[in-house]
Amino acid sequence: MLDNTRPCSHLPAAPGVGYKPQHFADIIADARPVEWLEIHAENYMGDGGRPLAQLRHLSERFAVSVHGVGLSIGGEGRLDPDHLSRLRHLCDWLQPASFSEHLAWSTHDSHFLNDLLPLPYTQATLTRIVDHIDEVQETLGRPMLLENPSSYLAFDESTYAEPEFLSEIARRTGCGLLLDVNNVFVSATNLGLDPRAYIDAFPLERVGEIHLGGHDEDQDDHGAPLLIDSHGQEVADPVWALLDYTLDRMGKRPLLIEWDANVPDWPVLAAEAQRAADALAKVPA
Amino acid sequence: MSLTQTRFHDALLTGAQLAPDGLSDGQGRPAGRRFDVYRNNVAVSLTEALEQGFPAVRNLIGPDRFKSMAGRFLRQHPPETPMIMHYGAAFPAFLEAAEPLAHIGYLGDVARLEQAQREAYHAADATPVDAAALSALPPDDLVRSLVRFAPALRLIRSAWPVLAIWRYATEPGTPKPAAIAQDVLITRPDFDPELTDLPQGGASFVTALMNNSTLSAALDTALSDAPDFDLQNMLGLLLQRQAIAAITPSE
Repeated sequence: MLDNTRPCSHLPAAPGVGYKPQHFADIIADARPVEWLEIHAENYMGDGGRPLAQLRHLSERFAVSVHGVGLSIGGEGRLDPDHLSRLRHLCDWLQPASFSEHLAWSTHDSHFLNDLLPLPYTQATLTRIVDHIDEVQETLGRPMLLENPSSYLAFDESTYAEPEFLSEIARRTGCGLLLDVNNVFVSATNLGLDPRAYIDAFPLERVGEIHLGGHDEDQDDHGAPLLIDSHGQEVADPVWALLDYTLDRMGKRPLLIEWDANVPDWPVLAAEAQRAADALAKVPA
Repeated sequence: MSLTQTRFHDALLTGAQLAPDGLSDGQGRPAGRRFDVYRNNVAVSLTEALEQGFPAVRNLIGPDRFKSMAGRFLRQHPPETPMIMHYGAAFPAFLEAAEPLAHIGYLGDVARLEQAQREAYHAADATPVDAAALSALPPDDLVRSLVRFAPALRLIRSAWPVLAIWRYATEPGTPKPAAIAQDVLITRPDFDPELTDLPQGGASFVTALMNNSTLSAALDTALSDAPDFDLQNMLGLLLQRQAIAAITPSE
């Protein structure tokens, strides 16, 4: 277990965006209002070439957050030692301002499924995840942030509510939390919960970063709304409102816009980051 | 009883009609098609990874047939690491063995050429040997030397006009390929892979050097393959493509 007083993120409490290679020239020319960048760790685990050259260049000018999507922290099996050592190599040379991963699983019996799959919130899951996070933090020699998922269904066997579950993980491991406000809205809508009650129950003092992204709207078998976390469009208005509610209670935090599908030209993404900057500016220092 | 990840995994990949037991909408009703969100995420994201990696194959067989082949492939060969940029190494052999595509004999080699370009794109950087360093070597030392290629170098040998087919499939307005065999050298001078149609004997020469033959032994191999093989020309091409990382005298 790590020392609770160590900060879990060195990112500025300002807008950031998920980095896309097609925006490289725009970002170098004028990134405003974006002050930091987040990369998906797995895209930078090649041996060389343009991706690493761009990343080296960007890291000289911007704080970088490494966001893993493939560690399978919730997996029933042990963490993949090869993947963990690739992460360590990346963090060692890049020295990012933050490392984060998901409350999810994605690998089973050496099959990587390329999606963030859901977990039952039970004592057994809790024990396993705490062990895995201990191992990650020891291997990387730094504390990490753990992100709340988007949920489309619930497990009958769950005995914890999600905020309580994340709070207990953070308490036991010393890790920080990455609060994805869009995920809160998506999950609450999908499972018939009150998103503000979720925020009220969340251990906001452990939050080292916020994510915001767009979602799609669908319906389940019964015609109930089913929101899909797609990161393919602007952040929805009720999610901005939930962000304001959260920031009022928590104060300023590093705030990331995620736009991973139908990636727009830079000015559209920069405008979305400006909206994030405006939301942060309303929060008393 | 708890729902294991084995059951969840199997339900995701087998495409069974029903969601596993033990999942709900959070309000007491069975999860139903909510489970399909995960099923779709897995299938769509892996199909997109293959579409990005194999654009020529997709153009050759058409987007719908590609999607259906990708769907079969990802269930038989899910990724084995989270590094999706490498996903698809088994795709060329899968395409060759696929019954509905058996009449398109060249498809496997076109897929191999695309996979080789992806590997080259992400390969380690290298500082290339320049022509001056090469000409500084006394001829006797040169012929006894070993060549270490840049990590990005790849070689695709084909009985088909694989490079011409690849260009035909990816570059609008390219003429229809002539029926010849082609050996393709993939190099990466800076960041973008370059494709070169090798002259007769070139592939034997490069292969011999990859297997630690000296330059003179590799030249013999190339000459037995193609009597008019031009060493000067071939070395010039390798230098110009920044393909050589080191030339060292053999022991």
